[in-house]
Amino acid sequence: MANYSLKINGKSVEVDVDPNTPVLWVLRDHLNLVGTKYGCGIAQCGSCTIHLGDAAVRSCQLPVAVVGSQEITTIEGLSENGDHPVQQAWLEHDVPQCGYCQAGQIMSAAALLKNNPNPSDADIDAVMDGNICRCGTYVRIKQAIKTAANTQNA
Amino acid sequence: MTKIRTQYNRRSFIKISAAAGGGMLIGFSWLNACKPNAPEMAAGLPLPEEWYEINGYIKIGDTGLVTIYSPNPEIGQNVRTSMPMIVAEELDVPWDHVVVEQAPLNTGFYQNQFAGGSLSIRLSWNALRMAGATGRRMLLEAAAKEWGLGVADLNASEGVISEINGDRSISYGEIASNAVGIEIPEEVELKEVKDFKLIGTSQKNVDGKKIITGEPLFGLDFHRDGMKLAMIAHPPAFGMTVGDFNADEIKGMPGVDDAFVIDISIDEPAMFDEKGFHQLVAIVGESTWPLMKAKNALRVNWQTTGELESTAIHKKRLADALVNGQVQESRKDGNPEAAFRRAAKVIERTYNAPFIAHNTLEPMNFFAHVTADKAELIGPTQTPEALEGSVAKLLGMPIENITVNMTRIGGGFGRRLYVHFGLEAAAISKQIGGPVKLIYTREDDMTQGTYRPTYSSVYKAGLDENNNLIAFSVRGAGLPEGPVFPNRFPAGTIENYSAEKILAPTNVTTGAWRAPRSNFTAGAEQSFLDEVAELAGKDPIDFRLELFDRAINDPVGAEFDYDAERYAGVLKLVREKSNWNTPMEGVHRGVAAYFCHSTYVAEVFDMVMENGNPVIQKVWCAVDCGIVVNPDAAANMIQGGVVDGIGHAMYSQLTFENGSPREMNFDTYKLIRHSQAPREIEVFFVENEIAPTGLGEPGLPPAMGALANAMYKATGVRYYDQPFMGMERKVIG
Repeated sequence: MANYSLKINGKSVEVDVDPNTPVLWVLRDHLNLVGTKYGCGIAQCGSCTIHLGDAAVRSCQLPVAVVGSQEITTIEGLSENGDHPVQQAWLEHDVPQCGYCQAGQIMSAAALLKNNPNPSDADIDAVMDGNICRCGTYVRIKQAIKTAANTQNA
Repeated sequence: MTKIRTQYNRRSFIKISAAAGGGMLIGFSWLNACKPNAPEMAAGLPLPEEWYEINGYIKIGDTGLVTIYSPNPEIGQNVRTSMPMIVAEELDVPWDHVVVEQAPLNTGFYQNQFAGGSLSIRLSWNALRMAGATGRRMLLEAAAKEWGLGVADLNASEGVISEINGDRSISYGEIASNAVGIEIPEEVELKEVKDFKLIGTSQKNVDGKKIITGEPLFGLDFHRDGMKLAMIAHPPAFGMTVGDFNADEIKGMPGVDDAFVIDISIDEPAMFDEKGFHQLVAIVGESTWPLMKAKNALRVNWQTTGELESTAIHKKRLADALVNGQVQESRKDGNPEAAFRRAAKVIERTYNAPFIAHNTLEPMNFFAHVTADKAELIGPTQTPEALEGSVAKLLGMPIENITVNMTRIGGGFGRRLYVHFGLEAAAISKQIGGPVKLIYTREDDMTQGTYRPTYSSVYKAGLDENNNLIAFSVRGAGLPEGPVFPNRFPAGTIENYSAEKILAPTNVTTGAWRAPRSNFTAGAEQSFLDEVAELAGKDPIDFRLELFDRAINDPVGAEFDYDAERYAGVLKLVREKSNWNTPMEGVHRGVAAYFCHSTYVAEVFDMVMENGNPVIQKVWCAVDCGIVVNPDAAANMIQGGVVDGIGHAMYSQLTFENGSPREMNFDTYKLIRHSQAPREIEVFFVENEIAPTGLGEPGLPPAMGALANAMYKATGVRYYDQPFMGMERKVIG
C-alpha cells in the first residue's frame, strides 16, 4: 500500500492503495466516482475512458502509481452541469440505449474534439473504434460528435 | 370512446393498498430519496411538500408534479420513458410535469414485470392506459364532489380540471389530496387513438442527463454502507466442477476477508435457472482490485465430470443431427418429395452459425443482503419475479420475505433473464452474514454459458419450368435446440412444404439471446430466398410479394404465424422509401424482411466498394409495430438492432477446445465497432391504429439476411457461415 495525491476534476484527493491498482478502481471503489465504467479490464472496450491531461486514456490499464501530478478528468468533471458541447449533443440526438458505455464514448469524443476540432468521418472512426457500444448507437454517436464540433466551432 | 373494465385491477389496487399500509407505494430511487429523480423535467414546478398516491402507478404532488412508476426493467429499450408516457397520455398531464421512478417488484399488483420477448409495451399497453385513465377519473370525481357537480360537467386536460359551463378550474396538484380514497372506478374511458397528444411524439430519454453526467444508475454502481464486494471463480470448462482450493493462501492475501465454495443448485429449477456451474469459489473483500489479484492466485482442483467438447465435436454433432437427429417440431404441406422430383430446377444450401455470448457491457453483478428471516436483492435483472422465486427456494424462505429492486441495466439481450448471479450474491451474503455486491470480471461473464446455441440449417427449393416455387424444405438443427419455426413464412405460401426442427445434445449451457432462433433463421431463410429469386430470374422483392399474394388469396395449410398483408406492407414501404426500382451506379443492394415478436421489419442495405472493401452506406428500414409510442426512441431501437445484426453476422463467435471457450474477452471475441457500422440508418414506421408491439428484437434478424444479400451483390460471393469474416467456405455465385 502507498499514499497517492491525485488531482481529479480539479480537486486534490489522497488515497492509500496498492501501487498497481488501476485508476478505474481507485475512482470507483475509493473515491465514489462510479461514472467511469468497468467493461473488460484490458483496454479493449473503452468504457473506462478518462482524461489524463488532455489525452483520453483507458483507466483500467493505468496504474495509480504512474499518474503523478497529471490531472485526471472523469465524466463527473467534464462540465459543471452536463453542458459540455459533447454532452449537449448526446442529449440532442438522444444517443443512449442502455447507457453503460456512454460516459466512455463521451470522454473519447471530448478528447477527440479538443485535439481535432473538425474531424472527418475517418478521424472519428479512428479514435472512436476503441469504444464499444453493445447496443449499437454508433450512427447517433457520429452525428452527435459532428453536432458538438459545429457547436464548439460556432 | 373505448371502455375497459377495471375489475381485475381494482382488486389489485386494493391489494397493494393493504400490503403497503396506508396505500403509499415506495418507488426505488436509491440515491435520490429526498428529491425527484429528474429535477430538470419538473422545471417551473416547485418540489411538493405532500405527495398523494392515486394508484400504484401514479403519485401527485401538491404542486402538480406527477411521479409515474415505471414497472418493468430498463435494459436500454427505453421503457422508463415510453411506459410512463402511456400513463401520462391517459392521465392527461403535461409530460414536463412528470418524473419517473422505478417501481419495485410487486407481483400482487403489476403484471408482467419483466424485460423479454419484446413484450413490455405489448403486454402492458392496456394496463398502463387504464392506470392513467383511472387516475384521471378519480381526480375528476374529486373535483366534481368539491364543486357539487357531475363528472360529465367537467373536463380534464393537461393537468387541469375545468368546468365545461363555468369559469372554475383546479389543477391536479390542488385536488390530488381529495382524490385519495375515492373508490377505484368500475369502468374507465380510454382516449381514441386520434386524440393522443403525447403518444406518437418523440420524447427524450428520462435518464438522458444522468447518463451523460455519469450519475450512479447501474447495478455495478450500487453502494450500501457496510457492504462487502465479492467475486466468483467457476470451472474453466463445461464438463468440470469445483474441487478444493488453496483457501488458506487466498484468505491470507491483503484485502481478502474470506473465501469459500458456494452451491446455488435448487430443487425443481425453472427456465431462468439455467446455469453451467452451480458450485463456485467465492472471494469476499473490501474492494475490487485485491479481489482480482486473489482470483489470479486461486489454485483450484477442478474435477472433470463430463465430456470436454470442442468446436469440431459441435460441428460433427450438427451435421449428424441434420441426417438422423430427433425432430422436435415439424410441418408438412402437400408432397414435397414428389414436387422436388418433378422440379425443373432444384437448389440446396446449408447455413451455419456459431455459439455467441450476450456480452452485455455491464458484466453480471448483484447486491444481496440476507438475514435470518429476510432477503433484499438489488440489481440488474430482466426477470425480478423469477429471481425472487429462485432465491426463496435457495434460502428456504417464504417469497413474502424477499424483496427485489431493479437498477438500470447495462444491456440485457436475454442474458439477464437468467437469475444465477442473484442467487450467487444471496448465497455469499448468507455465508458472510452481511450485505454484499457480487461482480463478475469480463472473463467470468463470457465463459460461464447461457450462449446463443450453434445452428445448422439446410434449405432446399424447387422451381417448375415457369420459375414458380413449387417445393420448399428446411431442416434445421441446433445444440441443444433447433432454429426452425415450422409455421412461419414461407409456410402458407408454397403448395409443397416441409419444415423440421431438430435437437442435438451439448453440455454447453445456452439461453435466449436477442430474438432467439430468429437471430439465425431470418438470415438463413432470407439469404436463401434471395438465391431462389435469382434462380427464378425475379426481383427479390417481387418474388417475396408473389409468395405473400398466395398467403393472402389462397393460403396453403391450416394455419401460419403471420399477417401476410402486414408482412407485404413493410416490403412495399421499404421498396418505395429506398427507391428500390431505381438502380444507382456503384450501389449494391440487398433486401430482407422478417416477422418476429409480433413486429414486421423489412430492410434494404446499400453497399458500396471502397478500396476493395464493402462498406454499408445506408440501411433503409420499414417497420410495422402498430402504434409507435415514442418515434425517435423507437427508431433508435431499430438502428441498434441493425448494427447488432451486422456485428454478429460479420464478426462474433465463440469457439471451444477441451470444454473451454477460446474467446474470453474483447481482444479475441470481436464485437462490431464504430468504423464497421453503417453510415446512415433511416427508419420508417407504418402508420396504423393497431395496439403496439415490441421493438427490442425485431430489427436484428432481417439485418443478417439483407447484409448477406448486399454483400453478394457487391462481391459476387454468397455468405453461408457466420461470422462472415471468418467464413471457411467461399462460394462464388
